[in-house]
Amino acid sequence: MSTPAHIPPVWMRRTSRQSLLLWLGWLALVALFVWCWQVMTQSTIWAFVLDAPDQAADIGSRMLPPEWGYLPELMLPLWDTLNIATLGTVGGVIMAVPVAFLAARNTTPSATFLRPVALFIIVASRSINSLIWALLLVAIIGPGLLAGIIAIALRSIGFVGKLLYEAIEETDARQIEAITATGAGPAQVLTYGIVPQIMPSFWGISVFRWDINIRESTILGLVGAGGLGLKMNASLAVLAWDQITVILLLILGTVVLSEALSAKLRKAII
Amino acid sequence: MPACFQFGKTAMLRLTNLSKTYRTGDKALNDVSFEVHKGQIIGLIGPSGAGKSTLIRCINRLVEPTGGEVRLGEVNLVTLGKSDLRRQRRRIGMIFQEYALVERLSVMENVLSGRLGYVPFWRSWLRRFEGHDIQRAYELLDRVGLLQHADKRADALSGGQRQRVGIARALMQDPDLLLVDEPTASLDPKTSRQIMRLLTEICSERGLPAIVNIHDVPLAQHFMQRIIGLRAGTVVFDGVAEALDETVLTEIYGAEDWNALRPETPAEPARAPVEVPA
Amino acid sequence: MTAPAYPKTWRRPPQILANRRIRIAIQIGVLIYLVLAVGSIEVNWLRVFEGLERGQRFVMGFLSPDFTSRWRDIQQGLVESLTMTLTSTVIGVALSIPIGIGGARNMVPRPVYLVCRSIIAVSRALQEIIVAIFLVAMFGFGPFAGFLTLTFATIGFIGKLLADEIEEIDASQVEAIRATGATWPQLLVYAVQPQVMPRIIGLSLYRLDINFRESAVIGIVGAGGIGATLNTAIDRYEYDSAGAILLIIIAIVMVAEYSSSYLRKFLQ
Repeated sequence: MSTPAHIPPVWMRRTSRQSLLLWLGWLALVALFVWCWQVMTQSTIWAFVLDAPDQAADIGSRMLPPEWGYLPELMLPLWDTLNIATLGTVGGVIMAVPVAFLAARNTTPSATFLRPVALFIIVASRSINSLIWALLLVAIIGPGLLAGIIAIALRSIGFVGKLLYEAIEETDARQIEAITATGAGPAQVLTYGIVPQIMPSFWGISVFRWDINIRESTILGLVGAGGLGLKMNASLAVLAWDQITVILLLILGTVVLSEALSAKLRKAII
Repeated sequence: MPACFQFGKTAMLRLTNLSKTYRTGDKALNDVSFEVHKGQIIGLIGPSGAGKSTLIRCINRLVEPTGGEVRLGEVNLVTLGKSDLRRQRRRIGMIFQEYALVERLSVMENVLSGRLGYVPFWRSWLRRFEGHDIQRAYELLDRVGLLQHADKRADALSGGQRQRVGIARALMQDPDLLLVDEPTASLDPKTSRQIMRLLTEICSERGLPAIVNIHDVPLAQHFMQRIIGLRAGTVVFDGVAEALDETVLTEIYGAEDWNALRPETPAEPARAPVEVPA
Repeated sequence: MTAPAYPKTWRRPPQILANRRIRIAIQIGVLIYLVLAVGSIEVNWLRVFEGLERGQRFVMGFLSPDFTSRWRDIQQGLVESLTMTLTSTVIGVALSIPIGIGGARNMVPRPVYLVCRSIIAVSRALQEIIVAIFLVAMFGFGPFAGFLTLTFATIGFIGKLLADEIEEIDASQVEAIRATGATWPQLLVYAVQPQVMPRIIGLSLYRLDINFRESAVIGIVGAGGIGATLNTAIDRYEYDSAGAILLIIIAIVMVAEYSSSYLRKFLQ
């Protein structure tokens, strides 16, 4: 080699050690992927998979034209769905507020015991989808709106609780200090020092969750928790795909409307 | 003027060997002792990190002192339980560096929050303050020149206006003592002087003693009768403002050409770590 | 001296709606809605009362979970869920990168932009569970349908955020590279990729977490995974096994959240 030893012959973005590690990382990911793929597809019946385009064409042809005559029948379930979402949000928010105050570092009465409990409630509620909550509740208290409302509420606790406790931790400590210095009691410090500061986040989070809950409540009926999903389940059972088209379009419309409404409300709050 | 205004006779506040060591091991206050008499305004000066903020926060126990005594009148504040401490805090009005108003509440609510220690929870929750409290809040707002702004939100006001609301809130407590933490640090020079003038006027009107934590030496000399100099948590000067000469300033702040410093304001003051008692 | 008379009453000015009539109208409207909505809940109290005993058993099952008696089913469900999660995230992210680039207005011609954005919109509008119903009908029961569902959902999620991210990148850097006479692929590699790469990795990890949670749900409609096991356990009223499955889900989500925040810190 004629190049001087101190100038590397090729310019490289990374040192050779770094790029080796990077390549090994990618290789590991690819290997893991291939292995997972094989495990997952072990029991797959490929004949069904190959058959899928035909099935899709079949379903597609049955879905069209939509059975518009079905629409009036869907209005009551739609009303139920909206109620599940709204009442569920209200219930969830009411339960989430104390949990959030217990979970926030600056308001928790006991950092060693109550805070971990509150954090566990939040994680548990967040990890479990509302459909699973609904599945459980339908088994426990029977099918109907109530199961759906409670399912939505239970799922909302974690979401609202997490965002709210983060908002509480971000409050301005000086404002709280000033209220404390007047000789106010703990409840007064809460209502004068902390609550005004978190009010905008509180409304924003609640409206945001309501929007998500509208989406989720449309399908809760699949497991018997009332609303549009119930109708979908019934149509699926008799393979009435043209009715399903109508239901899907209705869900789509509702979701779009609620999203627009919630965006508007949140803008008004901030 | 009340007859009890006997300058230099009654000790309103007496600190004895007040000490504070933070959990990190930093010694913020070291055996601080002095008395404050009725009607006396004390300027507390010292370099950043000398413990000025800690000192005034130890008096109303926003920061818990680790040793010594704080006597307000006859009561030792250091040993009080939670509810007794709250009752005593009502007697101590506090004014903050960055106003520390509750930004999203109206000016009126901020002023009325000075009554929180006196009213039951449900009244404060429903904003049903008693008639004479409301009357007094209006009167104080008029005194600080903000009567027109009662229904504005606090964050709609300018810095000087917010500090006036802060003063009204402290006076609303009907205090026996004012603690003032860097009242002018976030204000421009002109507004600073206006606020200091207002503060000293109000204190002499009511014979109200005050400890004013201030980093601006000329401002302190101009408005205060008595100056206490703090260095590394220890009192190194306690005397009349006129006695504050170059040797004393060097003692407090370290060597510096003090004539050159006069026209400008010293560097950013340090804030003591804020402890919010649960 | 006569002191000026200050008012003795004060009312808090209204916060959001200044017009008193509109405010009252809205309050009444909300009240009527709540009455109607609550009134429309039909509760069979007898059934609820019967359910209390079952609820108690569920709570007990949750507190003393039974991992052993259904362990084989749980294990199979978990393996399906985890493999489905990983493969769908990898493929989903791989597909969403071109779609995300295509959905960025500043990178591609308008027709491409519209096509990519509509793919994203469709994927986001349809919920996983509904997609799963269709895919199960087409591809048959099992994790393959679940894999497809999650892949489809990942495309919408990552594609949207990636496209928004690319639209917001620093235009001056793009211009600087373009000024050197770089071709379009070079532009991507030199100007766009360095700016959005950390975000892609962060989003992928986040989506991995979401996909696992969703994999627990789509099993209910037959798309394989731990959700199917859970559904069976609940159908059989085996609450101790159901409790065990829920605890496993919670634990995995916690581990995933913790390690992904660690990994993100490590990569930056």
